[in-house]
Amino acid sequence: MSEYKGMFKVGECAKYYGTDDAKVIHEEPKGVDIHNVHLHDAVVVGAGLAGMFAALEIKKAGYDVACLTKVFPTRSHSGAAQGGIAAALANLEEDHIEWHFFDTVKGSDYLGDQDAIELMVKEAPRIIYEYEHMGVPFSRTPDGKIMQRYFGGHVKDFGRGKPVLRACMAADRTGHVLLHTLWEQCVKHQVRFYSEFFVLSLIVKDGKCIGVTAWDLINGGIHIFQAKAVVLATGGYGRCFSITTNSHANTADGLSLALRAGLPLEDMEFVQFHPTGLAGSGILLSEGARGEGGYLINDLGERFMKRYAPDKMELAPRDVVSRAEWSEIEAGRGIGGNQYVYLDLRHLGAEKIKERLPQVRELAMKFAGVDPIEEPVPIQPTAHYSMGGIPTDIRCRVLQDGKEKWLEGLWAAGECACVSVHGANRLGTNSLLDASVHGKRAGKDVVAYLSTNPVFEVLPEDAAEPAVKEIEWVLNSNGPERPSELRKILQENMYTLCGVFRDEQKLEKMYEIIKDLQKRYKNIHIEDKGTKFNTHLMEAIELGHLLEAAEVIVASALNRTESRGAHYRTDYPKRDDENWLKHTLAWRTEEGVKFDYKPVVITRFKPEERKY
Amino acid sequence: MAEYTFRIFRYDPDKDETGRIQEYRFEPEPGWTVLDALNYIKWNLDGSLTYRRACRHGICGSCGMTINGKNGLACETQLKDLGTTVVTIEPLRGFPVIKDLVVDMEPFYDKLYAIKPYLITKTPPPTDKERLQSPEDRKKLDGKYECILCGCCTSSCPTYWADKNFLGPNALLKAARFLFDSRDEGFEDRVNAVDDKHGVWRCHTIFNCVEACPKELNPTQAIVDLRKLMLRGRL
Repeated sequence: MSEYKGMFKVGECAKYYGTDDAKVIHEEPKGVDIHNVHLHDAVVVGAGLAGMFAALEIKKAGYDVACLTKVFPTRSHSGAAQGGIAAALANLEEDHIEWHFFDTVKGSDYLGDQDAIELMVKEAPRIIYEYEHMGVPFSRTPDGKIMQRYFGGHVKDFGRGKPVLRACMAADRTGHVLLHTLWEQCVKHQVRFYSEFFVLSLIVKDGKCIGVTAWDLINGGIHIFQAKAVVLATGGYGRCFSITTNSHANTADGLSLALRAGLPLEDMEFVQFHPTGLAGSGILLSEGARGEGGYLINDLGERFMKRYAPDKMELAPRDVVSRAEWSEIEAGRGIGGNQYVYLDLRHLGAEKIKERLPQVRELAMKFAGVDPIEEPVPIQPTAHYSMGGIPTDIRCRVLQDGKEKWLEGLWAAGECACVSVHGANRLGTNSLLDASVHGKRAGKDVVAYLSTNPVFEVLPEDAAEPAVKEIEWVLNSNGPERPSELRKILQENMYTLCGVFRDEQKLEKMYEIIKDLQKRYKNIHIEDKGTKFNTHLMEAIELGHLLEAAEVIVASALNRTESRGAHYRTDYPKRDDENWLKHTLAWRTEEGVKFDYKPVVITRFKPEERKY
Repeated sequence: MAEYTFRIFRYDPDKDETGRIQEYRFEPEPGWTVLDALNYIKWNLDGSLTYRRACRHGICGSCGMTINGKNGLACETQLKDLGTTVVTIEPLRGFPVIKDLVVDMEPFYDKLYAIKPYLITKTPPPTDKERLQSPEDRKKLDGKYECILCGCCTSSCPTYWADKNFLGPNALLKAARFLFDSRDEGFEDRVNAVDDKHGVWRCHTIFNCVEACPKELNPTQAIVDLRKLMLRGRL
């Protein structure tokens, strides 16, 4: 296969462990050149749904594409999605693309760009059929079509009707099957993966992106990937927060690459918090737990939702429930005064829990050591999804001014990008759709660009310099600070000060903390000084990325003096369309974060109050 | 909780001729998994400890390792379920060690590539519609499609230890996932690899793979089903 193996075969430098042929074959690595230069027509950074869809599209058109990923492709976080992927297929009941369009606009609290949303929902059925043709093992209806289920915020008749069966599903493993099937197709079409390659910088020359630099995690060594087209598909930044549903790998890498290349980020103040994360870890428990009739209980044993949503109770939307939980915790009514409340399923009975919520039970037992049949499950709001990201146009081209001007040679798609289809709040099942549709669209646009026969630019002499400097700095660092300690301070404070509820005082305090951490970051040390599979080195660099992204998130949250979707300011609790129906663009500069704005694209649905 | 002793396999390719066991002692918090303990060590005691991890809830398949002699995912293994405060953690057996608990999975992936791990169709799909598949046909994929490629099964297989050309339980389970898919038309494309002395016929039904699978799948059953299919194919 086409997997890159370095200058020597990895297997020869180690031993087969624990088996009969366990003799040691130890070889010094030879010739791990710090400036290996690879040429590919296109380079895709990230191998989740967006990255692999882009790579596949480019490869199928006959171009040479390399997909760089810091984890093996099937370890990407797209695989953790459970519920489904939205498309108005109407396999079980009446549904229309127009209804999906409206629901997504309303869900975004009218901050989503309607031209981009319309394109996405129109593309949705075709992309689902394409997935099916690739071999995705969707669950099936009795007549053999793709099975669909209900999901929050997806309803009939332009928001007026009852919930609609729109989420295409493969049991509760939808992300897993999409990710694995895409990888299988990439294997079939011989997409070249560079697995466990950690991208360190974008190479930009004369206003054009001409490649990336990357660290070969297994063998050590910096590589230059020269390309005519670069696609960023690096996912989110959940690891800015102590409590998150996100993987350890979701560390804002692509966002940081963009910031360092002088690009702005869009709408970074909008971070979705999911109400039912396992306390302590934030591991996601499906919305199904509340759907099946679970209660939310505070320290007094009350179903506290009666104070916040007396009609809908536990079934109110995600942001409302997250805010209710946090209000209880702030009022000292978290369990034992702690930062969590209970999800109580006991009244549902063992049979119903086992039949309807097996995954919820399994997760609670495996990761919290609690059986929901016997005990209530400790839960808390958990950082889940980034609505903001690298600004792109509807062709996924990255905009260097955030508005119109394309940075030639650079595209972005999926959670790291902001098209913007989610606006201030994303609907469940729209993230897999966004990643797939825009991954494919980015791939198609790269193909169109490559067909105009652009040439490989001459590499500047210092193309790898920022990467070399960064690696050398971390490897030789000898300061007193531990990266893990700084990261912990960042994550814990981000969760409490830039979380579900924000105000000027908290955000200013958080901004100070980040500035202090950035200073302390200059004085870190790492304990692993080797070059081979140095995860301590990688964690230190990732921390740098997190600190930059967090700075922009907090500054943007401080700047937006209104409450909209997932961004809730207790000092500005109302939505303010007059002043804030616009996208934030934020640049990181020596003098702090600088802002600009751009209007929301409104084509069809005029803003109205968002009520459920 | 009581004080635990973690005995962890260490191997640094830059320094060590061979592997060694390093001990760490500390008191874990209630509810901790093996991955939580490894993270505690890396973030507080020894930053050089090396292992793979990503999702930390049993879906990405990164953290397969040998825990007190049994293969499993570090992130899914509760310390209290181990029944002892002495925990020995080693890399997955049968694969070359890169560093500490990180093994070279390349030989494992190569076996997958050999069985053509993707849906093979000759009949063109309908335009702008899904192919139909009955719920009964779809049910035949249950227990096969959920695989997370963690490597726990193949690494536990003594037959694989002895014959590194054996496709192993994982690749054969994946072959079954496609060969029993009503939409697949790739029997001819896969038969040479599967119906081979290093394919289904190498398995000695030792069942270690069934014990090792953290997703409770049954590769041995899949191999037996494939044998029947191969015999029918020969007739």
